[in-house]
Amino acid sequence: MANIEVGGNSYETDEEGYLVNLSDWNSDIANYIAGTENIEMNDQHWEVINFLREYFEEYQIAPAVRVLTKAIGKKLGADKGNSEYLYGLFPYGPGKQACKIAGLPKPTGCV
Amino acid sequence: MADVAAPAYRIIPIIPALKPGAMEGKGPFVANEKINEAIGFPGKMAENWQETHDAVIAKMGELLSKYRSLKVYMDACVHCGACSDKCHYFIGTQDPKNMPVARQDLMRSVYRRYFTLPGKLFPKLVGARDLTREVLDEWYNYFNQCSECRRCSVFCPYGIDTAEVTMAAREILDSVGYGQKYSNEIIGKVHRIGNNLGLPGPALQDTLEGLEEDVKDATGIDIRFPMDVKGAEVLLITPSADFFAEPHIDSLIGYAKVFHATGTSWTLSSMASEAGNFGMFIGNYEQLRKIALRIREAALELGVKRIVVGECGHAWRVAYSFWNTLTGVGDGADANDRFAQMLQKQLDHRYKQPTHICEFTWDMIQDERLSFDKSKNDKHIITFHDSCNVARGSRMGDFAGGQFEIPRNIIKAVANNYVEMRDGTTREQTFCCGGGGGLLTDDLIDLRVKGALPRMEVLQETVDVHGVNFMATICAICKAQFTKVMPIYGFDRRMVGGVHQLVSNAIILGDK
Repeated sequence: MANIEVGGNSYETDEEGYLVNLSDWNSDIANYIAGTENIEMNDQHWEVINFLREYFEEYQIAPAVRVLTKAIGKKLGADKGNSEYLYGLFPYGPGKQACKIAGLPKPTGCV
Repeated sequence: MADVAAPAYRIIPIIPALKPGAMEGKGPFVANEKINEAIGFPGKMAENWQETHDAVIAKMGELLSKYRSLKVYMDACVHCGACSDKCHYFIGTQDPKNMPVARQDLMRSVYRRYFTLPGKLFPKLVGARDLTREVLDEWYNYFNQCSECRRCSVFCPYGIDTAEVTMAAREILDSVGYGQKYSNEIIGKVHRIGNNLGLPGPALQDTLEGLEEDVKDATGIDIRFPMDVKGAEVLLITPSADFFAEPHIDSLIGYAKVFHATGTSWTLSSMASEAGNFGMFIGNYEQLRKIALRIREAALELGVKRIVVGECGHAWRVAYSFWNTLTGVGDGADANDRFAQMLQKQLDHRYKQPTHICEFTWDMIQDERLSFDKSKNDKHIITFHDSCNVARGSRMGDFAGGQFEIPRNIIKAVANNYVEMRDGTTREQTFCCGGGGGLLTDDLIDLRVKGALPRMEVLQETVDVHGVNFMATICAICKAQFTKVMPIYGFDRRMVGGVHQLVSNAIILGDK
């Protein structure tokens, strides 16, 4: 277990930097975690992060990669509804890296 | 004499230079109390070392008496060295402790000290050593650098199975609260939610409905992805990564198309939405069984006649080799196990129970119930990576080596361009992908990249010689591992995919 300091507050994370308490999340924390992943957040990143959080709210899990690409495609145009676009935004893999920034638990298993 | 020619020189395997201590360290993240206690393990190690020491020795004694094989493996090794350069982690890391014999010796040295007379009397003479905290830490580190792929055991003249030694070591470590986070967290999720991902029923339903739309868009045909349908003939048990990750999901689409095209009624189960069984990775029989029993429960509930297993390496080993006695799928149910008996009666024994999806598809191809437009795969020059647990822990079909031939036969039936990788690195001698056995976790990425090296070298050779641009495999771990590490070796991550992804590309479903 570790802690991160954002805006004068301390938040608990696991060994890999995922937030332990999902309710702690806010946009400052997202920006902070993105920084640790060498990602500078822009509107495109936020589109993905916001969708992840909405989906999680409903289903208690991050969306499958295909569900995510489809949703992004519907919202932003078919040219962006593919995993290349998402890998461009989140080079370590949209599944894990975007979840981490969105303050969601890490997808586990053979993924 | 004139016709006698000397055989061509072989390319001598290069023995890597040793780098002692190259992979020393703390190992992967240790499971915390919450994770351990959720699956009934001690939360953490005792404060008092002596207590842990005694518990480790007691557990080791228990396993030695329970598993005769473990005792044989501890006693039989003559240090001939046949295994020493066969492990992909040794080849990739050059750390001598990743030689299979050295890995076994981490435990063998302790075994000799506490369980053999010479070791009790003259420890130094026989390589025996006391169990100390440092020794246990070394176990944790190096037994989490073995993917239990059993390549070394193919070369061992005594058939010593390092995977079983690793499983025993992990079982002992778990019994004293020193388990690995990745595997134990996942096992907890299966017990709680039904799959390794933690994908709840409604999310699974939503994902499957989305897939039905996608496939309709792509083919114009209504292909169903049914869940929890009572009275279906086939229950498909597949790794949860097939619902979630790329390229896994393309194989799931392939299975659905095969069921559709053959008019097979089938269903997934929200309760048993996982083929994987990490209980095997940690060598724990109780966890292994508890995970497998979800499948029996689902099969009984849904009244299915056949159980088909999707593309997942270790799941197929568990299904093929252990489900019969664990759950009653296949022959061998305990006479006193009422539910196992019930399931055994329910299943239709004209078919193999369980059936691998490749067996299913290959049978249908042979019966001419499937047709393909092979040109749809013409953009691919394909090779096949045998997954360790399928290759060395199971079988398919009715003939020896069916697990090697059947996936290849399917590829050749659906595609025009197929080539093999170098002999000695495929079939029973296949290299592990580098991420199996519970090591597919980000905190072991350095090990995973190095462990993939032998496969990557051979793949590169096949790319250079034959222009291969697609490596098919039938394991969710292989797919995830290669997708992650291949870009590091300069390959496109989309170069790896499933056998049923190729089936999906070429299958003829009717007019659009």
